[in-house]
Amino acid sequence: MTLADARARAPHLAVAQADPDADERLMLRLAAFCEQFTPLVALDPPCGLMLDATGCAHLFGGEAAMRTCILQAMVRLSFTGRAAVAGTPEAARALARFGQEGVTPPGEDEIFTRPLSIAALEAPKETSVALTRAGLTTLGDLADRSSAALTARFGDETMRRLTRILGREDARITPLRPLPECMVERRFAEPFLDLSAIENVLRPLIAEAMGILERRGEGGRAFEARFFRTDGAVAVLNFETGAPSRNVEALLRLFRLKAESLADPLDPGFGFDVIRFCVLNAETLAQSQIGFERQSAQEGDVADLVDRLAARFGRERVLRFAAHETHDPVRAASYVYASPSKPNAWEKPEPGEPPLRPLFLFDPPQPIDTMAETPDGPPMHFKWRRVRHMIARAEGPERIAPEWWRNAAGRDRRTRDYYRLEDREGHRFWVFREGLYESETAAPRWFLHGLFA
Amino acid sequence: MTQPLASLRKSLACAYPAATFETIALGAPALDRRLGGGILRAALHEAYAETAADAPAATGFALALARRALAGAEKPLLWARQEALTAESGAPYPPGLADIGLDPAAVAFIRVRDAKEALQAGAEAGRCATVGATLIELFGEARAYDLTASRRLALAAGAAGAPIFVTRVSASPAPSAAASRWLVRAAPSRALAANAPGSAAFAIFLLRQRGGAAGQEQHEWRMEWNRDRGAFEDRTFDASSLSGPVASLPVGGAPGEGAPQRAGRKFG
Repeated sequence: MTLADARARAPHLAVAQADPDADERLMLRLAAFCEQFTPLVALDPPCGLMLDATGCAHLFGGEAAMRTCILQAMVRLSFTGRAAVAGTPEAARALARFGQEGVTPPGEDEIFTRPLSIAALEAPKETSVALTRAGLTTLGDLADRSSAALTARFGDETMRRLTRILGREDARITPLRPLPECMVERRFAEPFLDLSAIENVLRPLIAEAMGILERRGEGGRAFEARFFRTDGAVAVLNFETGAPSRNVEALLRLFRLKAESLADPLDPGFGFDVIRFCVLNAETLAQSQIGFERQSAQEGDVADLVDRLAARFGRERVLRFAAHETHDPVRAASYVYASPSKPNAWEKPEPGEPPLRPLFLFDPPQPIDTMAETPDGPPMHFKWRRVRHMIARAEGPERIAPEWWRNAAGRDRRTRDYYRLEDREGHRFWVFREGLYESETAAPRWFLHGLFA
Repeated sequence: MTQPLASLRKSLACAYPAATFETIALGAPALDRRLGGGILRAALHEAYAETAADAPAATGFALALARRALAGAEKPLLWARQEALTAESGAPYPPGLADIGLDPAAVAFIRVRDAKEALQAGAEAGRCATVGATLIELFGEARAYDLTASRRLALAAGAAGAPIFVTRVSASPAPSAAASRWLVRAAPSRALAANAPGSAAFAIFLLRQRGGAAGQEQHEWRMEWNRDRGAFEDRTFDASSLSGPVASLPVGGAPGEGAPQRAGRKFG
């Protein structure tokens, strides 16, 4: 039907542009909201949600009660919904969209889905037309035919759909988020409004989760606190620790830091219905006796500090230096996340040597204008950032060839002649000339690579 | 007049544990004497780069002080650096850190966006008793670093018993709760064989010392950092001498303290 036809029939029709992206965002928000019913929620495009209620229904007093509960929640959010509970995701979808809403008793999917029209197959249009022309109007008609003939005529996909709708074959849904290692939650009879008391709720929740982990001999690495608001909004706070942890107070501190660093602070609005704490990632953590070894306790403190800083500033900003075995000065050192991993050994400088490597390195190296006495000698003066530096002392070159076995990637890296320079004011620089005269380049360029203290 | 002062001292000594007045000697006798034994361990210290180009010198000076503070203790250094400084003077290069005498494996480095974050990280680390020293590097006239913020850092350092160093680049010295404040400039090093640049050298000027004896003569100190000994060496009189290079003159100090002059260095 065209828009003009529609308007002719309903003159007061409200018209809006379709916005599939916004629809999907809305569905994702709803999916997050529905995670309070079960952790396994998947989108069911175009405008459905698929919830795996396995093992959750009894918490709401059975499947029928759970369905009512979800529908009521949708009504509160001013959505109209259709919901069906069935043995397979496809059967539930077919029943919700094309059949009778409600709960299908276990094992009776076929009885309930047989009367559905073949539209419930949601097959391509030509398939539906062909089936209708053949006089097959319900799924039951189709189910009675030999499946080999139908497969030959209409293809694998349609038949697989049919067997799944009839409940003969089951497939799991792929949830939006993987199942957490462990999950504890608190539901409130009245919406929870008092933000200042939130830690009183979280502390026992975290302690409960840590108890579960302790029995498994595990400690958590990644955690999540979810706050389901009455109005459908869900606030999520994620934090991580550098090492497996079961320390309730330390985790609460991380939560506090994370909550403080939020761009838009935690807002209870009309109150939280459910507060949930999940351990997303757990690792083996042996029981340890604390107290005798002071050293290990200290390391724990530093690890705690790193976790707190990472929670506040983000993991990618709290770093440790990692050494690499290479002569290439750029690749010799890198930054890694400061988790308490094995400490790597750095080469000790030779006694009696002055500092041979700069304290600070530029990435990329800064181009400079130089004036040298001889083509392959150190510069007499150079210009960097519009300041001319007259060189008083110089040492070099230290010739550093590229790692040719890495050059296969096509990166052209020429030999570098490094010089340590000191200007008349006492500033010390690490500069290099890129490329060897004549053999590699006609006019080598100079770069400032680092600064000495 | 001295009577009330002495009693005040006594009551202060009771109020604060002895560790409050523990000092870190810089290793150069004349300067340590001038400082009254060294800089306070459980306190905040500031190093201002004289010009933006002296930023690496200010950092180097603070790192050398941190190295003195960490000597012997297996404690990490926490280094929070404002990101704007990366464009100014580059990113920390661990082998260069080792060349100053610090173990890069014992450094936790935090890249922070602004002065406020740098101070938060520094205060958080400063409160942690297992951190041996904290270095905070700020760029520009950071408004977040005011009297209150510096007081907070000083208290954190006092509580944890570990020094907090703040380096400032492109900022003019401002009042703060720092126990000592230095103006740092890169100084020409003592040339090695074939006129090669030598060890890190600093020209430092003590702008302020809390509780320091007033009325003392003020002058610029030339300090060379001896990485192998992990100590500063006084080159003040070498630099200003008119009659060419002479041996270091330990003013009134034990002559054995200064390391023997190195004539040259081996190549290879």
